[in-house]
Amino acid sequence: MTPNLVSIVLIGVLFATGVSMLLERSLTRVLMGMILLGNGVNLLILLGGKAGTPPIVGDGPAEEMADPLPQIMILTAIVITLGMTAFLLALAYRSWAMSGHDEVQDDVEDRRIMELAERDEGSGADDTHDEHGPAGPASTTPHDSDISRDSSTPVVAR
Amino acid sequence: MTWLVPLPVVLPLLGAALTLMMARRPRAQRTVSLSVLTVTLLVSGALLWLSTVEGPQVVAVGGWVAPLGIVLVADQLAALMLVVSAAVTVCVLVYSIGQGMADGSEDTPLSVYHPTYLVLTAGVTNAFLAGDLFNLYVGFEILLVASYVLLTLGGTASRIRAGTTYVVVSLLSSVIFLTAIGLVYAATGTLNLAQLASRLDELPDGLRLILQAMLLLAFGIKAAVFPLSSWLPDSYPTAPAPVTAVFAGLLTKVGVYAIIRTETLLFPGGRATSVLLVAALLTMLVGILGAVAQTDIKRLLSFTLVSHIGYLLFGVGLATQLGLASAIFYVVHHITVQTTLFLAAGLIEQRGGSSALDKLGGLAKLSPVLAVLFLVPALNLAGIPPFSGFLGKLGLIQAGVADGSVLAWLLVIGGVLTSLLTLYAVARVWNLAFWRTPHPDMPRATLPRLMVWPTVALVALGVGLTVVAGPLFDIGDQAAGDLLKRSGYVEAVFGGGQ
Repeated sequence: MTPNLVSIVLIGVLFATGVSMLLERSLTRVLMGMILLGNGVNLLILLGGKAGTPPIVGDGPAEEMADPLPQIMILTAIVITLGMTAFLLALAYRSWAMSGHDEVQDDVEDRRIMELAERDEGSGADDTHDEHGPAGPASTTPHDSDISRDSSTPVVAR
Repeated sequence: MTWLVPLPVVLPLLGAALTLMMARRPRAQRTVSLSVLTVTLLVSGALLWLSTVEGPQVVAVGGWVAPLGIVLVADQLAALMLVVSAAVTVCVLVYSIGQGMADGSEDTPLSVYHPTYLVLTAGVTNAFLAGDLFNLYVGFEILLVASYVLLTLGGTASRIRAGTTYVVVSLLSSVIFLTAIGLVYAATGTLNLAQLASRLDELPDGLRLILQAMLLLAFGIKAAVFPLSSWLPDSYPTAPAPVTAVFAGLLTKVGVYAIIRTETLLFPGGRATSVLLVAALLTMLVGILGAVAQTDIKRLLSFTLVSHIGYLLFGVGLATQLGLASAIFYVVHHITVQTTLFLAAGLIEQRGGSSALDKLGGLAKLSPVLAVLFLVPALNLAGIPPFSGFLGKLGLIQAGVADGSVLAWLLVIGGVLTSLLTLYAVARVWNLAFWRTPHPDMPRATLPRLMVWPTVALVALGVGLTVVAGPLFDIGDQAAGDLLKRSGYVEAVFGGGQ
């Protein structure tokens, strides 16, 4: 297919909306962004090949035939996107079943280490021998879940 | 003997189908997957020998000749990667069988574990053997989809959280890769790597730069190169120990392999040298500084994994024969050692009940075997002579000094610094987990033999790399020479397919 303005703008719009959906916190929106991006890429691949008559030998002159390769690649890409969509949906559902929402959460461990560093109890502080007590960097599970709840609050507010 | 070439892909896939049918018979599953991976290892060894003696082995799949059909190419680099990855997957499989029988916790491999593991292996081997950009994409997708399942095994809250990050980032890199493939095809009309090698040279400089940058971006995410690496330490540590081990050993290295292949075959001449070298320096330093700050063994090891990807990029970025040869040697060393360390971390978790440094202590007295199994690969990773990590780093530093540019010297300094900081990081683990008095909360667990022996085998393999360092470096050197010449690969593809 020869690239024309309409298809190029369409690809651009698909990519742009896909990327902006990808930046959302909700996994379902991320998934939709992925689907849009996938469609944009498929159109882009289609533009790379030649348009023409069906590519069947004996059906017409070889010069007028369409290039079948991009279509085959798109077919493969569609199958892969389908599988990915199913898997992401399952992830979103599982996340919703476990925590009541499907938001992508921050890494708890990162925050913990940053907090340790702020209190100056990080990696250098564990040289002492008797720090198995409550003052050590061991943080308990309820504390962790507090942090993850904190991290999701601004998203809900938005 | 070219019929051997597709076997490393076909066998694991057949094995996956078989083990899926045997979902209710775990013993039969274990037998099938073990024998399939053992045969894959033997076939890979044969391919390495053949590609060394006879040159690249090429198979045109379905009998379609090179530019029309899909080709599988086993040159020395691909075959070497196959051998190492097959050896690692066999050991990790035995380890995971041992772990599954040892405890009845959530880590127990489910009935989908074996099929998924075999599919992962097939994806890795397919990516190594691909002679076609789209087949490389398919290989990546196979291994990624399998890795999504393995990473979220059991579906616990922490694994779902980690899995989400991993899946979304991987999907994004796949989209970028696919876009690059679409653009490459539109620009050149082919995706065959050998044909691209000549056709890309005819393109205008700006266009070629865009294609190169997009491919580097896609592979950079998969290989966890610094600005694109923050997904890795977030997602790997929550998975079961054997899964993390095989991911750490293989998945990022497939990305590095793809970078090596495209930078030498498709975009030769070292046009991306300075970008790669700067990325290498930042990856090394940021990664290891992250490792120093961690208080959990698995996360610490994930950061060292990121950091040591920098060494590989250093060798690739130099684009000289010595640099590439050292990078290939270092890949082999790093796959083995990083996997071993993660397996040892799994053993520590088994024995000590946790992988958090502040909940461990006194393991050296409680389990001397475990202490040896951790210390040897840890010193190997840090680059203490006479281990292979030292030899690999020595080669890279020599290549950097021979290059002589300011950037190369900076990388030499960065490399030495990273090596020292790695030693500091693993020494911290040693001090906290193996010395001190035992933590009162530690359970009185014993280590299952099936988990210890594969780790012993990999430790021995890591040490053995020093013994065979000469021949191995020769293979790396030949492979690097072939990569830089390009003609051998191209001729094999166009002359070999029957």
